[in-house]
Amino acid sequence: MSHGDTPTGLYGLMAEFTGPQSLVHAAEHAYQAGYRKLDAYSPFPIEEAMEAIGAHHTRMPLIVLLGAITGGLSGYLLQYWINVIDYPLNIGGRPLLSWPAFIIVTFELTILGGAIAAVVGMLLANGLPLPYHPVFNVPRFSQVTQDGFFLCIEAADPNFDRKATEAFLHSLHPTAVSEVPN
Amino acid sequence: MEPVAQIETLPEPPQESPVIAPGQTFASVTAKISNAVLVDPTPLSWFAAFAVAALLLAMFMGAVTYLLLRGVGIWGINVPVAWGFAIINFVWWIGIGHAGTLISAILHLFHQSWRNAINRFAEAMTLFAVACAGMFPLLHMGRPWLFYWMFPYPSTMQVWPQFRSPLVWDVFAVSTYATVSLLFWFVGLIPDLATYRDRAQRTWVKRLYGVLAMGWRGSARHWKRYESAYLLLAGLATPLVLSVHTVVSFDFAVANMPGWHTTIFPPYFVAGAIYSGFAMVLVLAIPIRAMYNMHALITPRHLENCAKVMLATGLVVAYGYLFEGFAGWYGGNQYEIYMIHNRLVGSYAPFYWSLLTCNLLIPQLLWLRKIRKNVLALFLISIVVLVGMWLERFVIIVTSLHRDFLPSSWGHYTATRWDWAVFIGTLGLFFTLMLLFLRALPMISIAEVKMLLPAAKVEAE
Repeated sequence: MSHGDTPTGLYGLMAEFTGPQSLVHAAEHAYQAGYRKLDAYSPFPIEEAMEAIGAHHTRMPLIVLLGAITGGLSGYLLQYWINVIDYPLNIGGRPLLSWPAFIIVTFELTILGGAIAAVVGMLLANGLPLPYHPVFNVPRFSQVTQDGFFLCIEAADPNFDRKATEAFLHSLHPTAVSEVPN
Repeated sequence: MEPVAQIETLPEPPQESPVIAPGQTFASVTAKISNAVLVDPTPLSWFAAFAVAALLLAMFMGAVTYLLLRGVGIWGINVPVAWGFAIINFVWWIGIGHAGTLISAILHLFHQSWRNAINRFAEAMTLFAVACAGMFPLLHMGRPWLFYWMFPYPSTMQVWPQFRSPLVWDVFAVSTYATVSLLFWFVGLIPDLATYRDRAQRTWVKRLYGVLAMGWRGSARHWKRYESAYLLLAGLATPLVLSVHTVVSFDFAVANMPGWHTTIFPPYFVAGAIYSGFAMVLVLAIPIRAMYNMHALITPRHLENCAKVMLATGLVVAYGYLFEGFAGWYGGNQYEIYMIHNRLVGSYAPFYWSLLTCNLLIPQLLWLRKIRKNVLALFLISIVVLVGMWLERFVIIVTSLHRDFLPSSWGHYTATRWDWAVFIGTLGLFFTLMLLFLRALPMISIAEVKMLLPAAKVEAE
């Protein structure tokens, strides 16, 4: 956050575009112009927009893998400890460690661990739930979940300059450029 | 055969109807789906359906109250048929749920974009079907308030579940399935809840959707993680859904009861689950598109594709029936041979023959394009398949159990009015939940349908 960096308490400048094509075009140009603290906002995922602002990688697969391994290991060890150590039961003379019978619960808990990691990991990595965010101060921004496409260059960006950045955004043919108060 | 020649002789593919009606825009899709909940008056047909569903739900409550007062003796179950309606209905409901996960996860992995218009309510259907399914093992326990004994927890009794039992596997499979389905559904809902937040008129409605949307703002960085998480969830849900009915089939196949102890059970159960699930999707989709006038988003293409999946899975189920008969005969075991004979001509033979009529014979009409394009015919065939799949579970459970190895332990099973009240009551529970979902949440995924519009495509410069 850019508290104190800018005298006006400005979060950034937001430009609105008519569709995915012009948004991606603008995002690519802004990135080429050296802006790094910028974000594109859209009602649905646009692969090209993610690439344009430099969001190439995500750690989600690793998070899910770790969650799945944790779930699977705890499932297997739980059964091992219960059926072999704490409460050994002789079922039809089978060995106490009858591991093929433990596979199903291990599998189910692998999936459960992975799924919980995917959802919780995605929300936490995205910083959600978040009760307040400056972008919502732009009145038109409520269109972002409907048919609005926005590009916001943040004041925290080292290249940000109130006048020059506004002029730059205007050069990308937006329908409007507005200030985002903090 | 020459592959090239074959391709040349193929007829022109007939014109497919579009996945989404032409002329839709981002704004029109948003308005159409959100106005149904936020702006438009609730259709009268909704109230009519809700009245019927709520009455059935009241019957369910009454039947369960009496069941808790008197015990499971009010049902028709007794030795040797100790499973009866409870397990029949459990398998039936959980099977219905499978189509929702298939649509949302497996078709997502295969890039079947037509699924985007029907996955939301199909996932809701999964959740509510699993809720209905869960009622039966719980109530069948006799003392449902002690259900937590099924889970491994350090108790003062110092006993633990027996992990070599398919019944314990079932607890894990079904509870994981319910949890993962809920998570998947909720993740899909987040962007649409944000749309409802931004479009809601009244403050408390805005706050409610706002809290549920958790501050979603459509950021590209968020979408990146969101898409990745969603794809991974689909990848996890795919083996999960196949495992759930496999584990349900283990409840039968691991036992050595004649008619249950076969290796065909897992694939045959999974195919049957998807078969009945798609039938339920059609039974829901057809009235929903009429009730909310969603013809532009749920097009004939969706209905036809569902019918094709039904036809294909129905044939796998048919193979299952054939193989069951073959295995019984070829195995040469006198109990297995008797079981097949008993199915065909025994006291429950009418159930077996009606099941073959409902599941094998009538659905073959779906080979005809005309039938697949006829909404009323699809609706009726789907109901026939749902009845047929219920009969299948009845035949599997009752005919095998009432004639097992020792003639001295043979018996007969008849359902009582309380069996019927609880079963039909869960239909009330299911449709009540479904109607409340339609009233309060986006029934079609707004964000995903927008991705189908031509305007959503970005051309490389």
